[in-house]
Amino acid sequence: MSTVIKPRTGTKLVKEALAQMLKGGVIMDVVNAEQAKIAEEAGAVAVMALERVPADIRADGGVARMSDPELIIQILESVSIPVMAKARIGHFVEAQILESLGVDCVDESEVLTPADEEFHIDKSQFTIPFVCGAKNLGEALRRIGEGAAMMRTKGEAGTGDVVEAVRHARTILGEIRRLHGMPKEELMSYAKNIGAPYDLVVKVAAEGKLPVVNFAAGGIATPADAALMMQLGVDGVFVGSGIFKSGNPMQRAQAIVKATTFYKDPEVLAKVSRNLGEAMVGRNCRDLAPSENLASRGW
Amino acid sequence: MNQDSTNIVIGVLALQGDFAEHIKMLEQCGVSAKAVRYAEELDHIDGLIIPGGESTAVAKLTDEGSAPIFSAIKAKIAPSEKVGASSAFSTPVNAMPVYGTCMGSIFLAKEIEGSSQGRLAVMDIKVKRNAFGPQRRSFESDLKIDALGSEAFPAVFIRAPVIVECGPKVQVLSAIDEGIVMARQDTLLVTAFHPEITNDLRVHQYFLGMVQEYRQAQSTAVRDSQVPEPAQV
Repeated sequence: MSTVIKPRTGTKLVKEALAQMLKGGVIMDVVNAEQAKIAEEAGAVAVMALERVPADIRADGGVARMSDPELIIQILESVSIPVMAKARIGHFVEAQILESLGVDCVDESEVLTPADEEFHIDKSQFTIPFVCGAKNLGEALRRIGEGAAMMRTKGEAGTGDVVEAVRHARTILGEIRRLHGMPKEELMSYAKNIGAPYDLVVKVAAEGKLPVVNFAAGGIATPADAALMMQLGVDGVFVGSGIFKSGNPMQRAQAIVKATTFYKDPEVLAKVSRNLGEAMVGRNCRDLAPSENLASRGW
Repeated sequence: MNQDSTNIVIGVLALQGDFAEHIKMLEQCGVSAKAVRYAEELDHIDGLIIPGGESTAVAKLTDEGSAPIFSAIKAKIAPSEKVGASSAFSTPVNAMPVYGTCMGSIFLAKEIEGSSQGRLAVMDIKVKRNAFGPQRRSFESDLKIDALGSEAFPAVFIRAPVIVECGPKVQVLSAIDEGIVMARQDTLLVTAFHPEITNDLRVHQYFLGMVQEYRQAQSTAVRDSQVPEPAQV
């Protein structure tokens, strides 16, 4: 028989491992317990609790903050899958509150109104893992340097336009391909140029991949969008407004889940894409005013 | 591993979860590994690993392709029930070895506390999902597991289940205060923790040992079947 010797919670390995278990899955934005149950029933690997989905945040304007803790508790009680919740960039007290509620992961998210325009949260101080958005490799490695256990593309949330998620995934993965195998004497300058911690640049150059799981997010609205991001090389997808702003959330959620697993199988993709009803009404990213551009929040 | 291991092929269920980490571990053990998403990909494998992931999500993904994959997996495991011997482990023929980590143990279990979700239900265990609570209670710890030798095993538990009850054919290989975290029943192995995200190959090597026993039992059975059988009574 065996005995436990000193269980250790909140280690880097334990935090990064949660994200490992979510790979190949779909994480869905939900604003209440009812939506969370639909997401779980459709096969989501986790739900993301927030006050309003990004499309509504865009439409309503104003300051977007962490959800009401009461709503988060209701969501936690309604599903068995992991529950994530969004905190504002730099708002470490919102993150402390979310951790105390028992959420499984915090998204320090540009979708909410930033609380600090200079500094992000020191994520290494928390027991639970954080996911953060990035547009390029330098930004991703800065967040990982602060303790993020999972990354995602920023994309352009609440638009239903996948173009920015594609741009960010291609940028990050392309930069990793160029860095992989770069001669050692070039790495310090490279780290300086992209503003990334040197030790993480060395690690990515050696391994040819990010040290943490990397999902796509921001504008994914259809099963084909999800499969596109998977074929580009991300580990999984977040779907925000795309599900509950569409005509038939359950069916669309199930279809995106299947498309994320069978992303290389056009027959499955064709089958699940049929008769899904209205997709969310999109906003073309090119028509956004600079002030409406969420991806430029954070650095 | 002995020279026998070179042509072993292990499938890893790749619908969702950390299947890539298992494939990497198997390759480090010197065997071939392949991702399995469709029932037909179960042919020509010597064993199967069901990785960590979200069981409620994976249960929705098992019916794509020409045949549902759960019933195909079950058909490759289930014959064990007819053969069962009374010794600690029997190695029945035609009962493909399967190793489930975390989510995998939930799918193999006959009973899941408070849930009727889709599963294989082939191992005589009752599991409690998410037995430790939310992610802030997930942990790593060094477990002494006699079957793996004297050195402690670096076990990582992520929103992990535990086994709360098991039948007489199940041997407990490791238990902690909250419940059983590693167990075996004939050709089935489960751990509540995730060896695939560590650098320690011993659990995978233990499973490959089970696969080799199974292959030997199978080839012996083939040899025996070529000898004229005594008349049935």
